[in-house]
Amino acid sequence: MSIKQLTVFVENKQGTMVAITDTLAKHNVNIRALSIAETEAFGILRLIVNDEKTAEKILSEEGYLIKITDVIGVKIGDEPGKLSAALGVLDRARINLEYLYAFMSRTEKHAYVVLRVEDNAAAEAELVGAGFHLIADADVLKL
Amino acid sequence: MSQNYYQKEIETMPVEEMKKLQSDKLVKQVKHVYDNVPYYRDLMDQKGVKPEDIKGIEDLYKLPFLTKADLRDAYPYGLLAKPLEDCVRIQSTSGTTGRRVVAFYTQKDIDLWEDCCARAIVAAGGTKADVCQVAYGYGLFTGGPGLNGGSHRVGCLTLPMSSGNTERQIQFMMDLNATIICCTPSYAAYIGESLKEQGYKPEDIPLKAGIFGAEPWTEEMRRGIEQTLGIKAYDIYGLTETSGPGVSFECSEQTGMHINEDHFLAEIIDPETGEVLPEGEKGELVFTSLDKEAFPLLRYRTRDICVLSRKKCSCGRTLIKMAKPMGRTDDMLIIRGVNVFPSQIETVLLNEGYQPNYQIIVDRENNTDTFDVNVEMNPEQFTDKVSQILAMEKSLANAMKTMLGINPKIHLVAPKSIVRSEGKAVRVIDKRKLI
Repeated sequence: MSIKQLTVFVENKQGTMVAITDTLAKHNVNIRALSIAETEAFGILRLIVNDEKTAEKILSEEGYLIKITDVIGVKIGDEPGKLSAALGVLDRARINLEYLYAFMSRTEKHAYVVLRVEDNAAAEAELVGAGFHLIADADVLKL
Repeated sequence: MSQNYYQKEIETMPVEEMKKLQSDKLVKQVKHVYDNVPYYRDLMDQKGVKPEDIKGIEDLYKLPFLTKADLRDAYPYGLLAKPLEDCVRIQSTSGTTGRRVVAFYTQKDIDLWEDCCARAIVAAGGTKADVCQVAYGYGLFTGGPGLNGGSHRVGCLTLPMSSGNTERQIQFMMDLNATIICCTPSYAAYIGESLKEQGYKPEDIPLKAGIFGAEPWTEEMRRGIEQTLGIKAYDIYGLTETSGPGVSFECSEQTGMHINEDHFLAEIIDPETGEVLPEGEKGELVFTSLDKEAFPLLRYRTRDICVLSRKKCSCGRTLIKMAKPMGRTDDMLIIRGVNVFPSQIETVLLNEGYQPNYQIIVDRENNTDTFDVNVEMNPEQFTDKVSQILAMEKSLANAMKTMLGINPKIHLVAPKSIVRSEGKAVRVIDKRKLI
């Protein structure tokens, strides 16, 4: 079970981010979580949105370089040690973590972590086996 | 494979003998030019060189250069070395880079030129049993007339098609069993695509060889044409200023073009200093016409950048070989003292799986040149991992370093993000010139 992440290539210059968020807002796309990795010249914006198909379409039309990636969304308790427990599962299984970012739910007292690994199936099996609850795209809409 | 030559004695002549022949011709030619071309006599006088100072090809470096600008200044008769009544033909360039060049030919000049083209056709496997379709333009352009003449000399049945009217080209090719085609590589590719669309497979097409030139083309394009037409594709080089196609031609080895050096003496010079460079070094190609009577250019700077090689060729020809030109001196950049051509960058990009959509930015910081290349990523190369993009940039920079000898900073950018003006991207931004 994975969720769709929208990845956008952004040039590292003034006004790029606001142009993207404006475009999404205009088309009623809601951002649930985001992270950005930046270098001197460019950044890679990763978004979890309520409607990745529309987001992909409108941003592509504006000329952005877009990629949809499957990532894992893990529900964890909003208290000390919970994130560490989830990461510990992957570490013991020698699954290398590429990057992660987290977001909070509006309604529940839970946090969600987005994990990017090389082998989704293996990581999912390990996490589910350790009792973690993974979220799907349908869940993202409800958060 | 048995080797055929059109003029075996010349084409396989031992190098020392060839040099002797060139020396004898050069001494006579310099005198002919000095006596008959006041424009060049003035250039020699200014340099303090007399015809008697030229005793052989080892003295060639003493002679002044001729450039495209000289041809413009001397237009139309200033470099003519024979009375007009001895001339039988004019050919001309397209005039895309300024005033047209008009070149004059005596009958002997035409004969030698056609011999050169005949050597190219025979090197491509042509014999009198072949049907040779000449689909270069006829007229002032040298392509059609040159190969037409060469084809006659070999004894091929010649189809003087000229360029265009692809339907008719295909009809003649198929109905009359053309075995050799001569045209520009882009037209060959177009004819190939048209044949494919009409359902012809390579084995249905009677062609066995093609002689293609008059514009730059890549190895990739060669393989494509060879596959669609089911032929072996041979490169040919020439320029109106020296005669036309046939200055050099490819043999079956396909590793460079043999220069008809009994007629055209080649040198490679440093385009900045004019200094003659040793064999194997990259620089500007310079030709001296050894036999031309009417329009004998001495040390004409072609502005083509290439390399010469005397490496032994499997075809048995001893004629010196030139590599396919790698660019034009007009495009050359000097970055940190190294000559860099946009065409080299293009080659690396194609080899590494990128589209040739790039922009070179040169600047100067703390008295050192900076060298940045923006390269458009293909959408399928894009990844959500920064480390992977940085690794792609690094690997591309290494490939460029291998080709150029200096290390550029590569920046991968989004597709279509490099500004295009009138559909054509600006390839080079040299900010140093503003200082």
